[in-house]
Amino acid sequence: MQIKESPKTYDAIVVGSGAGGGMATKVLADAGLNVAVVEAGPFFDPADPDQMTQLKWPWESPRRGAPTERPFGDFDTAYGGWEIEGEPYTHKNGTKFDWFRSRMLGGRTNHWGRISLRFGPKDFKHKDVDGLGENWPIGYEDVKPYYDRVDKLIGVFGTNEGLPNDPDGFFLPPPKPRLHELFYINGARKSNIPVYPARLSMLTKRINNERGVCFYCSQCSRACQVYADFSAESCLIFPAQKSRGQVDLYVNSQVREVTTNSEGKATGVSYINKEDRKEYQLKGRVVILAASACSSARILLNSKSAQHPNGLGNSGNVVGKYLHDSTGSSRAGFIPGLMNRKIYNEDGVGGMHVYTPWWLDNKNLDFPRGYHIEVWGGMGMPNYGFGFNPNEFNKFFNLPTGGYGDSLRADVKKYYGSVLGFGGRGEPIALEDNYCEIDPTTVDEFGVPVLRFHYNWSDHERKQAKHMQETFEELIHNMGGEPLGATPSKEEDYGLAAPGRIIHEVGTTRMGDDPKTSVVNKFQQLHDADNVFITDAGPFVSMADKNCTWTILALSWRASDYIVEQLKQQNI
Amino acid sequence: MDRRNSIKSMILGGMAGGLALHGCKPQAEAGASQEVPGYSYKYGRTPEEKERIMELESEVFFSEHEMETIRVLCALILPANEHFGSAVDAGAPEFIEFMAKDVPELQTELRGGMMWLDHQSNTMFGTEFKAAAEADQKKLLDTIAFYDSSIPLDQQALEIQFFCLMRNLTVCGYFTSKIGIEDLGYKGNTPNVWDGVPQEVLDQHGVAYDEEWLAKCVDQSKRNVIAEWDEEGNLLT
Repeated sequence: MQIKESPKTYDAIVVGSGAGGGMATKVLADAGLNVAVVEAGPFFDPADPDQMTQLKWPWESPRRGAPTERPFGDFDTAYGGWEIEGEPYTHKNGTKFDWFRSRMLGGRTNHWGRISLRFGPKDFKHKDVDGLGENWPIGYEDVKPYYDRVDKLIGVFGTNEGLPNDPDGFFLPPPKPRLHELFYINGARKSNIPVYPARLSMLTKRINNERGVCFYCSQCSRACQVYADFSAESCLIFPAQKSRGQVDLYVNSQVREVTTNSEGKATGVSYINKEDRKEYQLKGRVVILAASACSSARILLNSKSAQHPNGLGNSGNVVGKYLHDSTGSSRAGFIPGLMNRKIYNEDGVGGMHVYTPWWLDNKNLDFPRGYHIEVWGGMGMPNYGFGFNPNEFNKFFNLPTGGYGDSLRADVKKYYGSVLGFGGRGEPIALEDNYCEIDPTTVDEFGVPVLRFHYNWSDHERKQAKHMQETFEELIHNMGGEPLGATPSKEEDYGLAAPGRIIHEVGTTRMGDDPKTSVVNKFQQLHDADNVFITDAGPFVSMADKNCTWTILALSWRASDYIVEQLKQQNI
Repeated sequence: MDRRNSIKSMILGGMAGGLALHGCKPQAEAGASQEVPGYSYKYGRTPEEKERIMELESEVFFSEHEMETIRVLCALILPANEHFGSAVDAGAPEFIEFMAKDVPELQTELRGGMMWLDHQSNTMFGTEFKAAAEADQKKLLDTIAFYDSSIPLDQQALEIQFFCLMRNLTVCGYFTSKIGIEDLGYKGNTPNVWDGVPQEVLDQHGVAYDEEWLAKCVDQSKRNVIAEWDEEGNLLT
């Protein structure tokens, strides 16, 4: 089979169109460059009626929204999931890592929780605090100007609280708390746990004339048709297409490898066109990988050549290592004080209106690093699963559970909106022994070797999950409630979610000054090839007790500014 | 606003730049929204997902006898009342049939449970369940409709598990239908402006807003005014 080459040479080829790729595309196109964006999934626009799930009713789906096809339910936007037909991944030594992929323009930004937390000064230098992991080669002061710009470009609601490790920013005003959130605030105060307005990238106020304002349907996971939340295509790719530069979008195009010349520099990428299943090549002066931490590692490891026999960027044997995902443990409670509710529209934004950032000092605890608390509840739209065990909570009142007949209607209404749930999302310690690598025995349906994962949690993370559960039970009791289900046991890792489940994969191409212990430098440029950059979460040295997207965006902007500068100076 | 009409931008399928023709409907766009004949749903699906729905709908899993039994059960679990129709009126039986095909793990329990029900009905009343008198049907259900919430469900008798599953699917099918959502009174899924919990609700549940907290929240009368900040991040507009 002959590989078809494009005659055009781009200034930059961006692999992936999520947060990191979208931001790079925007910054480079704004600088007037010719950019190719290569995305493995189809074109997607949240405003396209044919693809819209927002404002649909449960009965519009024959499965009433059940998660048979899409893991977060039939109305969730992400195309893909933990398993994608024809694109397997494997595991080593019986370990577990669940890898979520969203194959579409905008990638996983189409359905994420929009929780947009800056890393704080301590997060970049946490080894200085507890001796664990590694420090970043950059600090908060390097990233702050870019966080500021991201806040203003994309929009995030929140409040300036002057917290030492949860920095202030340029926030839109937050929405008022809902009823269950007022219960949470009161319950948390009893335990001296602080609660603040949440920080989510949803437009509670207009930021420009191109995007709409939130209309409070609570459905950001369905992607917003008026672009009132952050998705990479609506907020970055589409604006980039209207900017000074030329943006060519290659969709349904899965990159196989970065091509290099005899000097070891990148010349472009080769990709598989999923429509005709043939391989093509694109030429570019710079290649920017933003395919997700694990996908970018896979592309690098599959890019073997005489100059890069161990895979591109892998002379130090670091690519794929230090993979880590946020810790996560969850719990829900039944709150009698929230029974018998008057019904009104309390959909609110598509996520929490309040949250708790990490509030304790680890000196007094038996685990390192912290977690933030996410809270959910309320009178949401019924969907698959609604009405299951309709009067289970009768058990708390010594009333019979089960039955049939008209009384079930009253039971459902009595308990509607009386459940409140918590998610703890915390920081793990990045370990060399948690990694992805190429599985030489398995290829995907395009003939490309797949990833094999090796990942174990340590007691650091397990003890953190134990603390989450103890905190959640205390909070539920403070609210006068009953925790649901048994306390997860030690054998169950205290409910600690399997690695990958929180969908914050980071660390596979970490940044550092030393090529022997890192893959990219502080500008996310490969030590081994100066015209290859990585702008997804691969360069993260550590995760922080924050969600990663806002930092991906800020760092991608910073790296892209550097690329523009280097191209101007003809250094690359 | 047509966000795709930028003449400087091309949306290419997998094709390399030189191979694509300007002016054609890009393949990629067609790919995501292609028509599947006979398909009638109006919510965003990929072509593969549409085909999967068509495939499931073309299959028949339950026999006519089983479907009739499901209808009888749905009507007993959530009968019509003076204001709202029954679970049958809400389409719960069709939803159950679809789910049994969509999630094959449900099949044996549902089908086996209905066989158990017929066997039991024959033993008790000399007739299959669906043909028994309503009073007899209820007499039978009374033996399996209640469960001990202190014992995990999978450790309880099969017929109790079966009825739990049937009740769950029926109640879910009802409350995710148009009738059921009207019955529940859910008010959302529509553009609106959230401006806090109504005062009478705060009073009913014994909670209140902090003035200090409210002062930080969005002034909805200014939500359409473009945000501007001073250098410290204080919102000016």
